[in-house]
Amino acid sequence: MNLSWMAWTLPTAIFFATIFALLVGMAVWEYVSPGGNPRVGILRFETTRGDRLFVSLLGSAYIHLAWLGLVGPSLWWALALSVVYAIGVFRYV
Amino acid sequence: MDRTWNNKAWFMVLPVLVLVAFSALIPLMTVVNYSVQDTFGNNQFFWAGTEWFEEILHSDRFWQAMGRNLIFSAIILAIEVPLGIFVALNMPRSGWGVPVCLVLMALPLLIPWNVVGTIWQVFGRSDIGLLGYYVNAIGIDYNYVRDPIDAWVTVIIMDIWHWTSLVVLLCYAGLVSIPEAYYQAAKIDGASRWAVFRYIQLPKMNRVLLIAVLLRFMDSFMIYTEPFVVTGGGPGNSTTFLSIDLVKIALGQFDLGPAAAMSIVYFLIVLLLSWVFYTVMTNYDAER
Repeated sequence: MNLSWMAWTLPTAIFFATIFALLVGMAVWEYVSPGGNPRVGILRFETTRGDRLFVSLLGSAYIHLAWLGLVGPSLWWALALSVVYAIGVFRYV
Repeated sequence: MDRTWNNKAWFMVLPVLVLVAFSALIPLMTVVNYSVQDTFGNNQFFWAGTEWFEEILHSDRFWQAMGRNLIFSAIILAIEVPLGIFVALNMPRSGWGVPVCLVLMALPLLIPWNVVGTIWQVFGRSDIGLLGYYVNAIGIDYNYVRDPIDAWVTVIIMDIWHWTSLVVLLCYAGLVSIPEAYYQAAKIDGASRWAVFRYIQLPKMNRVLLIAVLLRFMDSFMIYTEPFVVTGGGPGNSTTFLSIDLVKIALGQFDLGPAAAMSIVYFLIVLLLSWVFYTVMTNYDAER
């Protein structure tokens, strides 16, 4: 099957593999500990693990965009900030 | 009680997963791939990194189109949702009027978007259009081709005409599902018309209103065909919304890389705003 029209690159393949690995990881977590661990955090509404992953990924996308728009093209610090943000979301939201 | 696992259910959702993969995931992956590359056609791509994202984020053209889109969606929601509720509240609940009203409300929704655009393009023309001709005849200088405000008014009225019916039908569905006993109890308590609306009808419509607000926000934020047919994004760029600008970049200029980067930023904004709407409205419902 010719997939050249999809214009794959190594960085984008790694990006999607990471997202896929996160989803597989969440599925395994759910299998081991079913129920989604719902709780009310600092946002004062109930979130499950899936909600927290969604908020983490969406927030990370915005952190990267803000970094690109306000700071510059080197995104390593944005990535580090996103990891800290995701940990914060999973801990407190 | 032991948990029942039924793994056959996974096979039931498999067709949907395949469908979503082909209609959404694979195109989205391709757009992400395009957004970090440049192409001159013939499936030849050159790595550009984050260049297109930086270009989009520093582009006045993008932010102006975004501003126009946000203002348009805010106006649409501010008019269509209250108007839809008002019309639904005043529709008959029984008798021959019900099917007549339902058919009348459904008619605009059945018309294809480009036909709606064409109807309003002719309707608003000051030389041959019914609306344009008579508005000018009563002394109002109206010309949507020349005046940006007239163009905005035309596009907004067109959208209201086309889509308020959706809000009406959803609200009507919510209203007819309220048991008569609620109204009888309110009557015994001597509740005013406003109290009945505030404490019975509005809470019961909450879920359908959530769907209506989400659908109308997403549709209005992604609007393309109708304003493109009526104004072509003009006069100047006054009605150039994000989707119109996106098509100009992708197909007019064949700048697939910048168009893909813009699509992703556009997608993230729609995703965030939809999530905020959804979360606020579902949690408001849960608190009550």
